[in-house]
Amino acid sequence: MATGHVQPQETWSPIFGRLTFDWIPYHEPILIGTFLGVGLAGLIVLALMTRFRLWLPLWRDWVISVDHKKIGIMYMVLGFIMMVRGFADALMMRLQQALAAGGAEGYLPPHHYDQVFTAHGVIMIFFVAMPFVTGIMNYVMPTQIGARDVAFPFLNNFSFWMTVAGALLVNISLFIGEFARVGWLAFPPLSGASYSTGPGMDYYLWALQIAGVGTTLSGINLIATILKMRAPGMKMMMMPIFTWNTLITNVLIVAAFPVLTATLALLTLDRYLDFRFFTNDFGGNAMMYINLIWIWGHPEVYILIIPIFGVFSEIVATFSRKPLFGYATMVWATACIMVLSFVVWLHHFFTMGSGANVNTFFGITTMIIAVPTGVKIFNWLFTMYRGRVRMELPMYWTIGFLVTFTIGGMTGVLLAVPPVDFQLHNTLFLVAHFHNVIIGGVVFGVYAAVTFWWPKAFGFKLDDRWGKRAFWGWFVGFYLAFMPLYALGLMGVTRRMNSYADMGWQPYFLVAALGAVVILFGILSTFMCFYVSIRDRKRLACGGDPWDARTLEWANQSPPQKYNFPQDIVVTGRDMFWKMKEEGFKWSTDYQPIHMPKDTATGVLISAFALAFGFAMVWYIWWLAILSFVAMLAIGIAHTFNYNRDYYIQPDEIAATEAKGASA
Amino acid sequence: MLRMTKPLLAMAGALALSGCQYHVLAPSGWVADQERNLLIISTLLMLIVILPVLFMAVYFPLRYRADREDISDYDPGFTHSSKLEVLVWGVPILIIVGLGYFTWIYTHRLDPYRPLDHLEAGEPVEVQAVSLDWKWLFIYPELGVASVNELAVPAGRPINFSLTSSTVMNTLSIPALGGMVYSMAGMETKLHLIADHEGTYPGRSAHYSGPGFSQMTFDTLAMDDAGFDAWVARVKAEGAPLNAESYLALETPSIDAPVSYYGSVSEGLFDRIVELCVAEDTVCMGDMMMMDMMGGGGLQGIPNVPFYEYDRHRAIDGFGNPISLPAPEPKHYYEAFLADPDKLCRTPLDAKAKS
Repeated sequence: MATGHVQPQETWSPIFGRLTFDWIPYHEPILIGTFLGVGLAGLIVLALMTRFRLWLPLWRDWVISVDHKKIGIMYMVLGFIMMVRGFADALMMRLQQALAAGGAEGYLPPHHYDQVFTAHGVIMIFFVAMPFVTGIMNYVMPTQIGARDVAFPFLNNFSFWMTVAGALLVNISLFIGEFARVGWLAFPPLSGASYSTGPGMDYYLWALQIAGVGTTLSGINLIATILKMRAPGMKMMMMPIFTWNTLITNVLIVAAFPVLTATLALLTLDRYLDFRFFTNDFGGNAMMYINLIWIWGHPEVYILIIPIFGVFSEIVATFSRKPLFGYATMVWATACIMVLSFVVWLHHFFTMGSGANVNTFFGITTMIIAVPTGVKIFNWLFTMYRGRVRMELPMYWTIGFLVTFTIGGMTGVLLAVPPVDFQLHNTLFLVAHFHNVIIGGVVFGVYAAVTFWWPKAFGFKLDDRWGKRAFWGWFVGFYLAFMPLYALGLMGVTRRMNSYADMGWQPYFLVAALGAVVILFGILSTFMCFYVSIRDRKRLACGGDPWDARTLEWANQSPPQKYNFPQDIVVTGRDMFWKMKEEGFKWSTDYQPIHMPKDTATGVLISAFALAFGFAMVWYIWWLAILSFVAMLAIGIAHTFNYNRDYYIQPDEIAATEAKGASA
Repeated sequence: MLRMTKPLLAMAGALALSGCQYHVLAPSGWVADQERNLLIISTLLMLIVILPVLFMAVYFPLRYRADREDISDYDPGFTHSSKLEVLVWGVPILIIVGLGYFTWIYTHRLDPYRPLDHLEAGEPVEVQAVSLDWKWLFIYPELGVASVNELAVPAGRPINFSLTSSTVMNTLSIPALGGMVYSMAGMETKLHLIADHEGTYPGRSAHYSGPGFSQMTFDTLAMDDAGFDAWVARVKAEGAPLNAESYLALETPSIDAPVSYYGSVSEGLFDRIVELCVAEDTVCMGDMMMMDMMGGGGLQGIPNVPFYEYDRHRAIDGFGNPISLPAPEPKHYYEAFLADPDKLCRTPLDAKAKS
């Protein structure tokens, strides 16, 4: 073989399964460097935490907390950490493609490069974008509807830790074994038992299955919260638009994620027990997998973007000092998108040989989605129209989004036209398109949300200077990195190439690499922004309502007390907080006992065993798999006997906390 | 920002001078030409709504900024307007209706399965394209020749592709000539293209397929009829025979395989590739399906399982080396059966008799 490398021999021992020392990639300098870096940083963090005695507070106040606000913040932390990992992958790819032209091999052999692009996609979608939107929904939605927590607080904590377990499993694959080399959706037969031997593909399966449990449960949880826990008087059409979008998103999650779970389970059966669902032989058919995975996959992109639409709706209204234009239209447009997102999946594979009628059908349904999406964009524009627009940080991201996402939408509709897609399918045009909507939409939206609700969560604003640097880094960097990819796509350049012969493409790849560096500047500025803002929190302190906002989450203190609202609020209309401000609302001092859920370590314990279970299944360590699976069940059952799971906060305590005010 | 402008301009200039081939925008075949036209029509149609949106997205926040001098036009009550509603739903719907119309027409016109007879461009050439790990095999059934990683076609005559794959999915993509279609093992897909003029057009697999994917490229040589005939004659003279044995040798994974030729092709080889039964002692898919329709082999058929195995014999490791997969633990059910057929067979039957 040309590469001269071989995979470690497949062996099995009762104790370590198929894990042998050969699977530790100590011969890969990049991985050793990463391992040393991560290990060193980890040791420093551990040492500092021990030095400042932070272990107990971390465990007591965060890890076992069922408070939706803390869980929301932890989701965001997970998202940012994994974004660093996913972005490192992106930089490596950009560098490889900038170098490997005209016979040059670059610095990443296919065996490594193919893992990098697979990991990049998986991490960015499942462990960056999903935690971000789940975190935002978790933090903001309950406070928007005047609730004290989500419907099932323990489940919320459990969902979060399952997501963490999945993320950890992906990261373990860096240093023990390898990751999949199949592209982010792992199409068989390539991902099947014969063409993806080794543990990489199994890491993929178990990481997504474990994280998927968390996502599905979180979806159920948030739906129940919205349907059952709204403040008295809040009818459905009085809910803030972000809450509406959260509801619709979670309906999508609950409808779509089981499809992913089932599809991956079928592939797991193929790989582990010699089933033949997606093999070439024995009547298996890979096209089934491709249909199924996209039946989940297309709603998934709406799962990512719909909450973000909600974020922008709140921001545009707040910073234009106007109620959202066309509230009812927005709700209906989003509901349309929810339904339509399930009837477009085939547009991901127009080139798989369907007939012209089928292709036309799915092409046109896809274009139809552009209509409600377009309506939403117009509504945001008309919200600004005759308003008083303040260009604060969240508005920078919003305008950046409106411009970028519109362009991404246009290229998306182009790809929805089947004959155009025949040409552009699997080219860098496609790659540019979905980064255009995911960066221009989801990432800009997450940043908008973080800058908008940061003062809510911590009681001080983010530093403006570094915040704007982060924006310009991302904005300029995005265009530099992806406009060349559009151009390359129009030359017919294929995605996922490790090297290429045509020297004429190299300048474009060089510009794209430069763009990635500019985005790196944006990301570094983000962390700098967090650091500077935390350092200067006294200067940036802003009180409970810094943006002159409109919805209920701003009615309490910033940061909110753990019970959110000292009293129940009776809702009488949309933009309730605005109304309360107009009516001169004051909290009374007549407090009732507040019923609260107790923290529990069950979630983190089960998830730890889920991680062990996943690792054991990847390496065929059957004893550990059985043990950890039994442990998961036992802890889960034991938890149902725990009747000591709630308590009351007494009025005098509430009075004391409220009088003291927010801590920041 | 100003300091950055100069290098950026320089880079833009370098891009313009690099002289890349925009195969999608300046194609060399009727199919790709039509697809390009549709791309441009669709873009123009969408710009009707995209341009105003882009303008408003920049203009509104400037025009209605909070610190403007005259705020008398501030109107917080402007949250609904039936006229605007009709406009923002109506205009996009009209555009989609227009785009839908073009989509319908063009998707049917450019269906990859539709032969290009209507162009009246002469006798089509049949090409059976097989994606192997990681190279392309092109069989010319009418001419009895085959080539690896080189596709020769007569310019101006339609090419009728039948596609399949030996293992994983790939797509046959020649951007200068038109869109791509997947090749999949155990299945046959179709693609119809034409090269309008002579020339050399790059082609490749455009669907990621494993370690050798990046090098899975070929040149499409579009020649005049005389040149094509000469090419066929040369291949016939130079090439070895392509039969089951040499196909199986060719099929073993290799990266960046050189161009090679086959002077003769054994009858029905492509069909056997599609049916996964080129190797001896293997059952063709069609036969397997027929047996299944007749009720299948039942428990008595279990010993035949090895004759259906295909993927397992083609297993590769992460670097593309062929490997033999160890029998899974617990031992394969049919191996247990082979050791003691009676034991497996009798139990269920006995159980049935008892009830």
